[in-house]
Amino acid sequence: MEEEKKQPFLQVKNVTKRFGSVEALRGVDLTVYTGEILAIVGDNGAGKTTLIKTLSGVLRPDSGEIMIEGKIYKELNPRLALDLGISTVYQDLSLVNCRDIATNIFLGREPVRHKFFVDKRRMVVEAQEFLQQLDMDIPEIHAEVGQLSGGQRQGVAVARAIRFGGKLLIFDEPTAAMGVQESAAVLSLIRQLGQKGYAVILISHNMYEVFELAQHISVMRQGKVVSTVSTSDVTPSDVVALITGAGEIPN
Amino acid sequence: MERKLLKTLQSKHFSQILLLLILLVMGIVLSFLSPYFLTWSNFYNILDQTSVDIILAIGMAFVISSGGIDLSIGSVLAYSGIMMAFAMKAGIPVPLAVALGILAGMFIGLCNGLLISRLHLNPLVTTLGFMSIARGFALILTNSSPIFGFPNAFKFIGSGRVGPVNVPIIIALVIVIISYILLNKTKWGYYTLALGGNEEALRRAGVATHKYRTSIYIFCAMMAAIAGMITVARLNSADPLAGWMVETDAIAAVVLGGTSLSGGRGSIVGAVLACFVLGMLDNGLILMAIPAYYQKLFCGLIIIIALVATELRNRKEHRNFG
Repeated sequence: MEEEKKQPFLQVKNVTKRFGSVEALRGVDLTVYTGEILAIVGDNGAGKTTLIKTLSGVLRPDSGEIMIEGKIYKELNPRLALDLGISTVYQDLSLVNCRDIATNIFLGREPVRHKFFVDKRRMVVEAQEFLQQLDMDIPEIHAEVGQLSGGQRQGVAVARAIRFGGKLLIFDEPTAAMGVQESAAVLSLIRQLGQKGYAVILISHNMYEVFELAQHISVMRQGKVVSTVSTSDVTPSDVVALITGAGEIPN
Repeated sequence: MERKLLKTLQSKHFSQILLLLILLVMGIVLSFLSPYFLTWSNFYNILDQTSVDIILAIGMAFVISSGGIDLSIGSVLAYSGIMMAFAMKAGIPVPLAVALGILAGMFIGLCNGLLISRLHLNPLVTTLGFMSIARGFALILTNSSPIFGFPNAFKFIGSGRVGPVNVPIIIALVIVIISYILLNKTKWGYYTLALGGNEEALRRAGVATHKYRTSIYIFCAMMAAIAGMITVARLNSADPLAGWMVETDAIAAVVLGGTSLSGGRGSIVGAVLACFVLGMLDNGLILMAIPAYYQKLFCGLIIIIALVATELRNRKEHRNFG
């Protein structure tokens, strides 16, 4: 019963992407459901980041389809992806280091006064409130992002994605540079997002994180999703075996 | 101690404060060296001479803040001036002729911008090409000799006065105020700085980065065309060789004013102050009967020093963020 209620928010069908002679994606299939956290795991170079970049519109796939809420797209662009409700925390964070925190959180979506002037005061107030809500430790709201620690910078990137998050939130290794406390805060945030009804994609190398948060795990190897399993059906060592290609799908 | 010094050096307003101090020291030194320096008419002269430099530097400040550069401004200045001159000689009314000249200049900016933003051509080489193209046009159209004699309404732009103030100073002041607001208070300014800071991040935030980048080159060319208008009106002559090498002065003023050569940081106030420093230096050299060529030498040195400083700063930041 429960399973039937869930609608796929996004379906990827046979998506390919080449970079010169390198086949980064070799026909990827993936389904993401609303209200569910899907973990994508795989070795370095398996194509995880390339895949999510096609979903966020940063990269154009060479072939294949992306179906979002029943509509088929051959390719997306960042604007379209955002408008369709896909927000992404990129691995490189995509922050403008020489600008302050509020400016980064509102980048591309600055509130304006009199149609013309960026409402900086409102941006600062809202950014501060929002970061507090998220329990993120930001010492000085006017600081340039470049002056923050790695974890704090990730916090800003996560805050930006969630602040304007539509329906699908993608996290590409969101806690890689974070300390224990910060990553605990972000992980509980991701769990809450799943419970609130967002579709969530989490890319992670951390099996503990994956098993703690995700309902399903898609394993990528050499540019393909080789299997998708329910977290409750497998053990971390099964997943590691799938990543390295040592094991096959347990039935 | 060292940290504190470094912090002051990297402070947002450090360049501006330093420039004010330099202006003050230069003013004191020059007033001792020359009895003519500290006169109202000389001060006014500096202000008037500097107005064109300020307008050029502001256009350049936007381009450099966005991580680009525009070497074509001097040629656009001459080319726009000549288009205006031709239009007026053909009997076209002054406001329309001015508009045509400015649009002609903006067209060069559009070409620069489209090639740089759409085809990702190197801005240095692209604008170098248009520097030569616009200068070539100016020389071909005039057969390399200046055009003289314009209507009084036009000459008013260069040498007229509103009350006690020269028109070029008023134009420069208006442009400074508008540009300050544009860079610091509008989306356009925010995106200019974001383009310089991290273009890909801005694109991923859903912004049509190429449109903004193109518009910045158009804006810069428009500033060069306005500078051309003032130059022609002031001298009552449209010289195809006008604005020779002004790009170095503009670049020097912009980087001296605290705009980062690698983009992402820009200061209008700094650029204006730096124009005054360079203008005062020019003025002082003339008063002391030293050839003004030394000013060019100084500008070149500033650019090289700023480049080195930017490089060192970037290295330090890279070390911080690994």
